[in-house]
Parts: sequence; C-alpha cells; structure tokens
Amino acid sequence: MQETTIALSDFISTQVLEPWKGIKKVAREEYFTSGHRTCQGCESALVMKLMAKAAGPRSIILGATGCMYVANTTYYSTPWVVPWMHTQLGSAGSAATGTVAALRAMMRKGKMEEEPINVISFCGDGGGADMGLSAISAALQHTHYNLLIFMYDNESYANTDIQVSGSSPYGANSTFSPPGKVHRIMHRRWKKNTAAMLAAGHPDCKYVATVTAGNAIDTMNKVRRALTIGGPTFIHSLDPCPKGWDYDPKYSHELGELATETGIWPLYEVEEGKVKMYGKSKHIASGAFKRKPVREYLLRQGRFAHFVEEDIDYFQAKVDEMWEKWLVPGVIPFAQA
Amino acid sequence: MTPPKTATAKKVDIATARAPRAGSEELISGSEAVAHAVRLADVDVITAYPIRPYDTVMQYVSQLIANGEFDCEYIVAESEHSQFEIVKHASAVGARVFCGSSGVGWLYAFEALAVTAGLRLPMVAMVGNRALDDPGAFGVEHNDALAVRDLGWMLAWVATAQEALDTALIAYRVAEDKRVFLPCAISCDGAFLTHSQSIVNVPTQDMVNSFLPPYDRAEKQLHPDNPITIAPQANEDWVMEIRRQSDMAARRARDVIIEAYDDFNAQFGRGGEPFIERYMMEDAEVALVGMGTLAMPVKVAVRKMRERGKKVGFVRVRWFRPFPTIELQDALSGVQAVGVIDRDYSFGASFFGGVLANELRCALYPMANRPAIVSFIAGLGGREVSTDNVIDITSKVLDAANGGDIDDQDTHWIGVRE
Ligand SMILES: Cc1ncc(C[n+]2csc(CCOP(=O)(O)OP(=O)(O)O)c2C)c(N)n1
Ligand code: SF4
Ligand SMILES: [Mg+2]
Repeated sequence: MQETTIALSDFISTQVLEPWKGIKKVAREEYFTSGHRTCQGCESALVMKLMAKAAGPRSIILGATGCMYVANTTYYSTPWVVPWMHTQLGSAGSAATGTVAALRAMMRKGKMEEEPINVISFCGDGGGADMGLSAISAALQHTHYNLLIFMYDNESYANTDIQVSGSSPYGANSTFSPPGKVHRIMHRRWKKNTAAMLAAGHPDCKYVATVTAGNAIDTMNKVRRALTIGGPTFIHSLDPCPKGWDYDPKYSHELGELATETGIWPLYEVEEGKVKMYGKSKHIASGAFKRKPVREYLLRQGRFAHFVEEDIDYFQAKVDEMWEKWLVPGVIPFAQA
Repeated sequence: MTPPKTATAKKVDIATARAPRAGSEELISGSEAVAHAVRLADVDVITAYPIRPYDTVMQYVSQLIANGEFDCEYIVAESEHSQFEIVKHASAVGARVFCGSSGVGWLYAFEALAVTAGLRLPMVAMVGNRALDDPGAFGVEHNDALAVRDLGWMLAWVATAQEALDTALIAYRVAEDKRVFLPCAISCDGAFLTHSQSIVNVPTQDMVNSFLPPYDRAEKQLHPDNPITIAPQANEDWVMEIRRQSDMAARRARDVIIEAYDDFNAQFGRGGEPFIERYMMEDAEVALVGMGTLAMPVKVAVRKMRERGKKVGFVRVRWFRPFPTIELQDALSGVQAVGVIDRDYSFGASFFGGVLANELRCALYPMANRPAIVSFIAGLGGREVSTDNVIDITSKVLDAANGGDIDDQDTHWIGVRE
C-alpha cells in the first residue's frame, strides 16, 4: 500500500485502495459475515458485504435505522467484523461527520495514533433521500473530511413493512399506497434523482456513483475509489428487495440488471465534476445498446401488478425523457430553453 | 482546485494562549464563562447551530478558535438534530465534546438527546433556557431542559457565571467517570445568565488539568483496534437489562458528584455544597425553593423578610438530575411550610403544579413531619420575578405555615394579568 501522508492540520491522508481487476484479485477476507437475519434474496445485505469487503479492516462503519440495522445487526449476533455503530434514521451524514471530526481532532492533538481510517456511513432510501437529506448535504460540504455516505435504496421504508418513500418508483403498491377501488395509483411522486442531485448540488464533492450489487466488482471498486479520493463522497445503490417489490428472491440480480437495461437505473460516476457512464448504461448512452421497454421490468414485480397500459406508458415516457431530453442523459435534467 | 489551507499546522499550545496564567478575575457573561470552561477542558469536537440565547457561547467559542487560542474540530451543523448527532458520534470515538441549544432547538434535537443518554455517552451541553414556541419568546423558562429529565441526562441549574464555569468542569469530570458515563446539561437562564456579566475567576490550565482527567472511553471506544458493535437491535430480550444499567449509573452519579465537589472545593477554594445551596436555612421556619437565577430576587426578598422578623430561608436546587432527595429532605425537615417557585409549567399535572413542585412533593412525602407545600409559577417567558413578587409568595407560605386559608392544593400564578 502506498504511503500518502499529508499534514493532519487540514487534510488527513486516505488509504490508497487500488481497484480490483477481476474476481480473482478480490480480497478473500469478509468484514460482514454471518449473524444477520435479512430476507432470502435481500440485495441490500449483499451490498453491505461488498461494501465492507471493499473497505477492509481499518474502517469504521455506521449504519442508520432500517432493514440493514434492525434485521442485520442483532444484539449478540452482530455480523460486523469491523467496528460498527448504529445511528438514527436521519443521521447518516451526521454520524460520518462526527466520527471523522473525532478522529481528526484526536489524531491532531496526539490523543490517538495517526492513521487513515475509512469512515462509511450507510442509510436506506428513507433515511437518506427523505429524512436525512439535509445532514448528508451538510456532510458533503466538509471537503476536508474523508467519509463515504452509502445509500442502499430498496425503494421503500422496508423495515416498517414497506411504505413508499421519496425514492419509491411512481405508482408502486406499498402498505401506505395500496391500489383501491377509486384510486388505482396512490403514490404519484416520481423517484428522486438523489445521486445526481447531490453531485450537482455539491460541486466540491469529488466522487458520487450509482451501483447495483449485480455488478459486484464495480460496486466494490467504486467504494474503493470513493474512500481513496478523499473528502466526502456518496454512493447510491439500487437494491432489489423481494419483500417490498414482490417477486421470487432468486430474481434479485436479474431485476437489478433489468433496471439498468430499461434505462430506469443509470450506472454512472461523477468524479471531480466529470460524468462517466459505465456498464450497460454506457452502451445505452452511446446508442450501442437499445433500452429494453420498462414493461419488461415492471411486470415482473407484484408492486406494479395493478398497472394498466396507461400507467406503463406514462412510466415509459418519463424514462424516455431522461435519455432523450435531459442535459446529461440519464443523470441531469433540464434542457436548454 | 484545492482550497486554501484554513488552519495552520502548528499545534496550539493551550496553556500559553490568551488564557490567564493564574486564576484571573474577568468581567464576563455566563456564556463566556462556559466557553472558557470548554477551552480549559480541551474539548475535541464542538458543534453549533444558532438559536438565542445559548448561541452566545458558540460566538465566544468560535472566536477563541479563530484566534488560535483553542484547538478543536468546530462544526456549524445544518440543524440541532445533526448538531447533537455529530457530537454523539464523536464521543463514541473517544473525543471530548461540547454542544448546546435553547428552547425549540433543544427539542429539535430530542431524538439525539434520547439516544445520547441511552448510549451512555458523556456529552456535556449548555442549555440557554428559553420558552418553547409558540408564541415566540426569547426569555427563560425551564421546560426545554426539563423535557429530558426522564432519559438519563444529568441536569444542573446554575445561578452565576462563576457557577456556570465551575459546573461545566465538574460536569465533564462526572459525565466521563466510568461509573457514570451519562450526558450532562448545564442550564443557564436565558438573558439573566447567558447575557449578564459578572466577575468570574477563570482558573489556569494547570488547575483544570489536575482536576479533570482526560476522557477515556476504554473498551467502549469505536476504533478499528477495538471492533465492537455499538447499539445493535436488542428488543425485549435485553432492553430491560440495559435500562437497568442506566438506572444504576444514574444512582452511582450521586457519589461521583459528591466526590467531584469535594475535590473542586479543595483545589479551587470554591464550589459549595453539591446538589443544593442553602441560604439562611439554619433557623428558617419557612423556606422557598427554586432553580437558576431566580436566586437573586429571592435572596433579596429573604433578607427583607428577615428584617421584618420573619424566619425565611431559601434552598436553591443546583442539580435536578440526579434529584437531591436526601439533601432536600434534610434541608427542609425543620420548616413548617415550603414555597416552590417553578419557572416552568406542567399543564394538567397534580395540583396543576410545576415540575419542580411535584418532584419535591414526591421527595418529601416519606418524611414523618413533612412541611406544607405551596406551589407557585412565576417568571415565564423571561418575565422578571421581582423582589415584591417573592415577598408576596413568602407571605402566602407564611400564611400556610400559620394555618391560614391559603390553598395548598392549588398552584398560584405570580405576576400574571388575570
Ligand atoms: C425518527 C424515526 N422515525 C421513524 C422510524 C421508524 N423506522 C424504522 S426503520 C424505518 C424504515 C427506514 O427506511 P429506509 O431508510 O428506506 O431503510 P429500509 O428499512 O428500507 O432498509 C422507519 C421508518 C425510526 N426508526 N426513526
Ligand atoms: S424487506 Fe427487503 S431490504 Fe428488508 S431485509 Fe427483506 S429483502 Fe432486505
Ligand atoms: Mg428503504
């Protein structure tokens, strides 16, 4: 590992975590192991495993309330091999900020041995895109704090029995938005464009990426990049959730891939202000891959079972707009007036 | 582009900064006194968010940092919730922290306040007591800090800037003691203390260092060398045992506070009795009880009543949590009647009394010869409690002592337009 030590006074050095080139190069050690109790096929739990593996042993991980806390981290059966601490639902940003602040102050004052320690704070979409948005935004402004906010997005408040969040897809059936006799569509909001919003809104934040666990190596390398580049960073992961999305658990990876292939979930990173698409999204953007119709994705999930043609058309039109009208296709809306 | 460096690499030598070398006398406000305590305690992480009147402490703190007289990570948060969550997490990593708020700001952080106590993190906070909205008022009421009284927060109320400084140092020592590990809030009455200046002895760094050991989170420190899991989901399997541990810590806090005052008195030559202050209580036949800067008009009124031959005394409650049950029983055992002046309300409570009055009733209940208790509410929203108000209160308490017809089953609002 390369030594990069900058005076602690202002910038603390980061660990240099080189990307893993292929599955054979991936470290064998796991830092998220047995002990959790998530549903079969839970993609978010896999994401936790990849995230911890990518970060390695000299890390502190903080986790906001949600499935990855309640179902994941039970007293006396913790799956975390690295130090882990719960934070409140809206506090992923604050947890990271406070942890880094403590490390900085104590190292600077000689109260703790100087060493780059990874700090990752994760939250769900409810905790991140809704309740904790302001704290994450604030964390991303502390350019001299090395931290990663990782938002695992299962597109609902899953742990409380599946309720729509600001990150749920249009029209999804949830326990707070059930289709009824008079109102077929109870959730009329379009999913927040969280990663791009944070990237665009925090131009000093050096790294923002979107991932899916199906692309495991990419996911891990994006975590490693985020932790290496320094400053506050953000990763947004789309996690198929068999319980909330209502499908057979064996299709988790497949649905993640379909989300990208239909153009609903673009895979990209924004590094130092430069957008780079990757995976299938890169080929969609270049025209080398033709987006699959959204119906192929929607009709595989019980949460859209109440959709009629009109709903599917609306959904398709909104996704088309993302790729055909947006300033940066799939990433940043606005068109020149 | 790399932003310009904002801090110099040079480590600030706290001992040689502007801080006075020997305990020096300074004319400062309660907020500035607390800022000095924070500097002398070499706090590592501080978070600020603006709300009057506590925010003055952060104005002083930020100035000390800007002038290089104090080195810490100082963060202006984007809400009180974040403000308290940030220091909560910093404390778990082993950093000494400071924070504070007032009124609705304190309540905006309520969730963080609850978990800080639940996690047994020794955060020290200053509450610049302020009325809760609505209607808007900047002035003092004690309901903000009192809102956390059941959660494991230790709660101190101070009456002077000197006491604010001293209590902040004591608070760190008690909160960070392994037998306790509970957060502590120091309440300073808005305006009357936060903004009012008086002569304060600011101790030297050496004096503080010999009184206050460094914070050592030990085996509970969150660090890669100590890969523990903090606050997993425990549910009914374990929550009751964990609550019981907090209960035991709150019980142990009593002795730790007493030890700290003993040491403080020995080293600094001031500090007084832990938990309560007794004023002219030796031969008192009736007593007034209250918290905070109310002490000023009350003491004047007590002296005036004494001039009139009335044996009146005053007990100021300095710590509300842990509640000084034993000390209050002792102090009030000889009096015939007690008048409790609450600068708070608890609408719909027993006898419609304030929080202090009912807590005191409860504490005195087991006494064989318990005095009559008359409860008063005064000074809400920052309204001044005048000497005349206190004399009025005292006459009512004397009336109760002499078997008069004052209703001790009700609560009397003083200085209110009916
Ligand atoms: C302040 C607060 N409000 C509500 C809750 C109840 N709650 C617990 S988990 C949860 C769901 C969080 O959803 P998300 O962040 O998307 O995570 P997920 O459960 O989907 O993994 C909620 C609402 C809480 N813990 N704290
Ligand atoms: S509800 Fe969804 S996110 Fe939660 S444990 Fe189950 S599969 Fe995972
Ligand atoms: Mg969710």
